[in-house]
Amino acid sequence: MAFFLQLCFDGIALGCIYALIALGFTIIFKASEVINFAQGEFLLVGAYVVAAGYYQWHLNFFVAILVGIIVTALIGILFERTVLRRMIGRPVFAIIMITIGLDTLLIEGVSVIWGTDQRPAAITSGLLDVPKVGDVVFPADHIWAIVVTLVICALLYLFFRFTKYGLAMRATAIDQEAALAMGINIRTVYALAWAIAGAIATIGGVFLAIYGGRSLNPILGSTALLAFPAIILGGLDSVSGAVIGGIIIGLAQGLTRGYEAPFQNIIGTGFDQIAPYILMLIILFIRPYGLFGKRKVERV
Amino acid sequence: MSKAHIEGGERGASLAAQALPRFFGTASRRAALGFGVVLLALFLLTGNDLWLSIANYTLIYAIAALGLNVLSGYTGQISLGIAFFMSIGAYTAIWLGGQPVQTPAFIGGKVVVTSLYGLQLPIYVWLPAAGIVAAAAGALIGPTALRLKGFYLGIVSLALVFIGTYIFSDVSSLTLLTGGPQGRSFYTPCNLFTTCDPTTQGNLLFSNNPEVFGLALSRQQVFLVLNFLILAVAALFVGNVMRSRAGRAFQAVRDHEVGAAIMGVNLFQAKMGAFMLSSFLAGISGALLAVYTIHVSPADWSLLLSIQFVAAIIIGGVASIWGSILGAVFIFALPRVIDQLNILPVNGTSTIQSGDISAIIYGLLIVIFLLFEPGGIVGLIRRLQILAQRFNQIRRKGGEPTAISPNSEAESQFEVEQTPLSTGEGTQPLAE
Repeated sequence: MAFFLQLCFDGIALGCIYALIALGFTIIFKASEVINFAQGEFLLVGAYVVAAGYYQWHLNFFVAILVGIIVTALIGILFERTVLRRMIGRPVFAIIMITIGLDTLLIEGVSVIWGTDQRPAAITSGLLDVPKVGDVVFPADHIWAIVVTLVICALLYLFFRFTKYGLAMRATAIDQEAALAMGINIRTVYALAWAIAGAIATIGGVFLAIYGGRSLNPILGSTALLAFPAIILGGLDSVSGAVIGGIIIGLAQGLTRGYEAPFQNIIGTGFDQIAPYILMLIILFIRPYGLFGKRKVERV
Repeated sequence: MSKAHIEGGERGASLAAQALPRFFGTASRRAALGFGVVLLALFLLTGNDLWLSIANYTLIYAIAALGLNVLSGYTGQISLGIAFFMSIGAYTAIWLGGQPVQTPAFIGGKVVVTSLYGLQLPIYVWLPAAGIVAAAAGALIGPTALRLKGFYLGIVSLALVFIGTYIFSDVSSLTLLTGGPQGRSFYTPCNLFTTCDPTTQGNLLFSNNPEVFGLALSRQQVFLVLNFLILAVAALFVGNVMRSRAGRAFQAVRDHEVGAAIMGVNLFQAKMGAFMLSSFLAGISGALLAVYTIHVSPADWSLLLSIQFVAAIIIGGVASIWGSILGAVFIFALPRVIDQLNILPVNGTSTIQSGDISAIIYGLLIVIFLLFEPGGIVGLIRRLQILAQRFNQIRRKGGEPTAISPNSEAESQFEVEQTPLSTGEGTQPLAE
């Protein structure tokens, strides 16, 4: 039982990190119908900048995170301004490919600036505790990952529900032309979406780096590919779906990792790495637009 | 000897002119074809192994790029899963054509020396089989995948790549075929058309420099001819399909699904057809890649490979035969050529490696092409042609002002279509 609870807890913590990544995808997709394949590299850049701020510039941990958030948000705005704004209305695979191009540029930028060797991730003493309840270990960074995810969800909810810009973003997501006609500045909305996605990516990156062995290397961003099942599960255009999808994926991965050992002769090792994708395929087989996604009405 | 080659090529071209008027019909086409054959023969006979190997890889990758263009370019269905279908083709080829290699395999937690699967069948069995099995895999996955649209399809096809890599490297019952994570060799002891001789550990017919038309060819040279012929057939086939009813249906689906359905296109049939044709070409390409590289491991069929193909068709030209080929040249040959020629300035002391620079250039080029030239290299060439035509018009206008009509471009196209009739060449088969 303790083993099961431990797996569940670890899975939910991992799922919250996936949820943070998935939120970035969904917010951008809702605003501008773009799947940002470079989201994983936002994560990477964020985590590296925070580590650099913490170790090289000797900033306070939280100030370093703030710097990281600002940098990734600015990169997001820059990409939107210079590249993706020109891609509106272009075929889907052109958009996928251009974000993959940006992804390549970011990952190469990181390895040119910081090298490809393993580096320590930024961590503060508060995240190092490992409290135990019974036989179940609750590492502090796991707890904080869950808490921070919940806080971010609450903040996003308040933002979308009560602020002027949140309302503008929701209106744009529902009907872009109508929003334009009502005097909403779509450019601000796009810039805001990319900035929020970048900012959330930094937070996700910091937690992911700590979760994955408290170290950084340039392949950290490829973990973001595991957020794809999460967003597909939830439905591309559903913000709450992204969070639920992320937690489901994290749980599924944690549980398969715990229980796959006896079946090693048949399924081999590493099944937990593809369990999220298989879960995604099953869900899509039943519901082609994800659990919470809406089928688009097509007009001819 | 090269002369015999050229003459043969030209005679073939003039013979075929009666049967294939469109491809060989005009003098300029015949000249271009002859020139191409001469160039190929020269390269074949003078190129060293390194350049031949670059050309071979490019030709093999161009086949898969063509396949992806059928699905994404002509039919508009996004796929990041082409590497998966290539791997299906490769492992089918290995199973049917491979030699049972003795390898220590990791089975059930113990190291056991086993002989990996390999039926040693000849190439005319395993090469088509590779394509057919890949197409069958496409037919199996298609009904699920093609219900999805846009990004959903892209991400599902991405999942295929991960699942494929896992299955081929980790599932124990398949290690006898794939050799597990470390991969296996693909030696084929069989000749192209003769029976098997398991004692020689050669591959294809290239172990002891066979003679073709009295010409001793090396392994690289035979592969160049083989790959070139297969690519040429594939390109002709795809080009003709796209001018047929089925091809028009593919393009209608891409341009407007609902509109196509209203015009009577069966959406499911069209998408499945494109998916299977694309998988077939990917399977052929995978099989050729496997036999050419000799060693195949599951990690070879990664997401990066798929992404490179998408980049290739975007940079080369979407929905274009030449675009697929030029894109493959750009993505797969150019980095190695640049490496060979040592063009890039790399400071030995700095942290920037030449690999980094080529990756940055690669990323930048994708972004720049997508932003400024969505038609790719082919679009660029077309633009230059139009510019050249305008330039010619202006120059001719200066010399003889009345000779040119405003729609000279359309007129010249008309002329090409008419030539076989006006010269009488095209009517000859009818008279017989």
